[in-house]
Amino acid sequence: MTNPPGETTPATPSAPGALSRRGGVGRRLLRNLVAVVCLTVLALLVLATVFAPLLTSHSPTRPSLLDTFASPGAAHPLGGDSVGRDVLARLLYGGRVSLLGAFLAVAVALLIGVPTGLVSGYYRGWVDAAFSWVASLVMAAPAIMVLLVAIAAIGPDANAAMTVLGVILAPGVFRLVRASVTSVREELYVDAAHVSGLNDLRIVRRHILPVVQAPTIIQAAQMFGVAVVIQAGIEFLGLGSASEASWGAMLNEAFANLYIEPTLLVAPGVAIVVTVASVGLLANALRDTLLEGGHAAPARRLRRTKTPDSPPADSPVRDDDGDALLTVRNLRVSYPTSDGEATVVDGVSLSVRHGEVVGLVGESGSGKSQTAFSVLGLLPPEARREAEGLSFGGKDLRRLGGKAMSGLRGRRIAYVPQEPMSNLDPSFRIGSQLADPMRLHLKISAGEARKRALALLERVGIDRPERVYDAYPHQISGGMAQRVLIAGAVSCDPDLLIADEPTTALDVTVQAEVLDLLRELQRERRMGMILVTHNFGVVADICDHVLVMRSGKVVESAPVGQLFANPHHAYTRMLLASTLEDAPTRTPLDDGTPARTTVQEKA
Amino acid sequence: MLTFLLRRVAAGLVLLYVLATAAFAMMSLTGTDAVRNISGNTATPAQVAAKTHELGLDRPWISQYGSWLGHAVRGDFGVSWFSGDPVAASLALKVPVTLSVVVAGLILATALSIVLGVAAAVRRGWLDRVVQVLAILGYAVPSFLAALALSVIVAVKLRWLPATGYVPFAVSPSGWFQSITLPAVSLSIGVIAATAQQVRGSAIDVLRQDFVRTLRSRGISERRVLFRHVLRNAAPPALTVLSLQFIGLVGGAVITEKVFGLPGVGSAAVTASTNGDTPLVMGVVVYLVFIVVAVNLLVDVAYGWLNPKVRVR
Repeated sequence: MTNPPGETTPATPSAPGALSRRGGVGRRLLRNLVAVVCLTVLALLVLATVFAPLLTSHSPTRPSLLDTFASPGAAHPLGGDSVGRDVLARLLYGGRVSLLGAFLAVAVALLIGVPTGLVSGYYRGWVDAAFSWVASLVMAAPAIMVLLVAIAAIGPDANAAMTVLGVILAPGVFRLVRASVTSVREELYVDAAHVSGLNDLRIVRRHILPVVQAPTIIQAAQMFGVAVVIQAGIEFLGLGSASEASWGAMLNEAFANLYIEPTLLVAPGVAIVVTVASVGLLANALRDTLLEGGHAAPARRLRRTKTPDSPPADSPVRDDDGDALLTVRNLRVSYPTSDGEATVVDGVSLSVRHGEVVGLVGESGSGKSQTAFSVLGLLPPEARREAEGLSFGGKDLRRLGGKAMSGLRGRRIAYVPQEPMSNLDPSFRIGSQLADPMRLHLKISAGEARKRALALLERVGIDRPERVYDAYPHQISGGMAQRVLIAGAVSCDPDLLIADEPTTALDVTVQAEVLDLLRELQRERRMGMILVTHNFGVVADICDHVLVMRSGKVVESAPVGQLFANPHHAYTRMLLASTLEDAPTRTPLDDGTPARTTVQEKA
Repeated sequence: MLTFLLRRVAAGLVLLYVLATAAFAMMSLTGTDAVRNISGNTATPAQVAAKTHELGLDRPWISQYGSWLGHAVRGDFGVSWFSGDPVAASLALKVPVTLSVVVAGLILATALSIVLGVAAAVRRGWLDRVVQVLAILGYAVPSFLAALALSVIVAVKLRWLPATGYVPFAVSPSGWFQSITLPAVSLSIGVIAATAQQVRGSAIDVLRQDFVRTLRSRGISERRVLFRHVLRNAAPPALTVLSLQFIGLVGGAVITEKVFGLPGVGSAAVTASTNGDTPLVMGVVVYLVFIVVAVNLLVDVAYGWLNPKVRVR
């Protein structure tokens, strides 16, 4: 942040992402309106206190009986206090004491916290253990209590108290620095520096300090605000240096005369709030600029629209296929981006009959999952869904309100997700997560729901249903979790099951079992099913009809036999070829460890 | 869970012991001023020496510390050097005052933080911005400034509530409620600002989780998803912030008590600290740290209740 605008830092290939960002930080900060305003306010405050003698001819401490509680006027711009001292002079000179005190505390905190944090994070071992223990000890003590003990021992002296405050704040700096160092230390380039023979001091200076810098600056700003408040608190309690003017002492004086002249609170109160608010907002602006690389988080001011899609009034829903359970015609899903809209599903049409399995195939990002979520009505709030036709069991899904849709979901349309482990609520037992929807939809008693849930767990091939029923999600394996999710999906006997890559995150052997289970359940209950996958092996196994998707569009739609025998589209041929070449397509994942936590599959 | 709790209790006792010892050491390093304060400026050196002997300050430090510790573990914190009152008895009257204010402030803060934070996370828009502004304001307006402003406006100008004084619950529940309302409100503002922000952040994180979509796919109502599942999962980080804020709340109480003229531990601490009254300072230290340790223990229990991964181990 010290670099003048326009000057580019020579590219140092050492700490990626830290030094390389420094170049434009000063300029970026200046482009941030809030930061500019805060910096200006703080600079004016500091200048005003430094040049206090130029701004007022009054003394902050000389009483004048004539000016007791003087009204603001030419002689005293902010009036006089209970012994006739000039309020403006006290505010300006008092600012010196308050700001210097806060500065002292921050300096002490950094002087203690940064070196200990560096040593602790860099060398670890017993030094780290010892420092960390002391830090947690100091952090657990109420700050005011420590300050009071210190004042009791040392006597009333604001600067001594602020030094002690610095010691109290130091563990916060220590922890932050230590955490930053620990995370960089794991990086490869630090190892590389070690190997290339750089000594510890140079490694710390070249590779570690740059990473520690940004968070520490932000924390220093936050601590400064805290210190101003505590400094004022100490003075307010009358535990500071009584002879000097300070904002806290002014508050104390105003408090003593609360019934006579409450307006005396205003000047020091405003001074404190403006200072602390400026520092706090500056810290936020610094965080946006230093840590997020200057890209202010996109302001999401989108409202959750009640009806994201407005069906054209003059388009009667006609079912091409009288037997169809689900009909989707010309579905479009788009997301607002910084430059217009990104369309992730573009004109998809499909239909699913009772007992039919429709495969949605395509590479990731082709809009398969987005199509599935559109049918479920579970797109993120910022998504826009439009369709010429979207009907399920004769109901127009576009016209259903949130409540009616909730009544349909789980009861008639069910969903099996991709990542088993991240799709169970970690805080609730498996059993309650299975029983809850059944009690809700089927209006059955808790006991009956439990009985059915246990039967379902047994049906999906879980050996000891009672044990799993009472377990928490983290206590079961990924394959078991996927069985639980399938049990949950079919628990209310749905007509349509939407399975979003139900086997992708599973071990190869488990994949086959889960797929078998899905097919059995589908046949047994004559469910319609949409199976989202990118695995043609799965398609061949289970699907009746296949839609091949690419970049949000359906490039080919055909019965499964026809598609494999005679693929029309070049893309389909390519996908098929790649499947055959490097089969098996999936590399097995460890059972139970989710490979990644997908938030959603977006274009 | 039980061993976990026992470990936490042990850690709390160690904390209590170490902090008390450190405080005692600090107080003893500079003990002479207190004797001068008690004896008065006119006291002869002989009188000062006599007083020093009477208070046992001429004994070696380790012996002073040993006798303090020996009595303290039995709940005897000696008598105040200034008032001559037994410390334990006088603090027993003051602790309920401080606890009333702090606990009321904490409950108020928790309830409002949850409501504001969840609402901001779900609705976003203007409500979200209100919570953001509140976070900055809560940080910038120290609790004692809020206390002063509330005192002037609500108590002095509008006369809706008493400006000063404390009414014990046993004497009059409604009087008690009135006497702690303003102090509790002014203490809670900063806590609400910080905690609502955290609740908002973690609720937004949880709302993005896959399992929330799966719960919705099961037809669970939005309200149930929010208040049963999202809140439960968003609670642990918020609880951490709340427990850190609580330590600050105890500190804030010291100043708030002065503003509202409450005879609590805080006022006693300030007086004791100004006078250098070692027995009273030590009593305050032990009581305050004890309260902090107890609350942290409660937080640990709540943590275990909220997070099955901690509980089942």
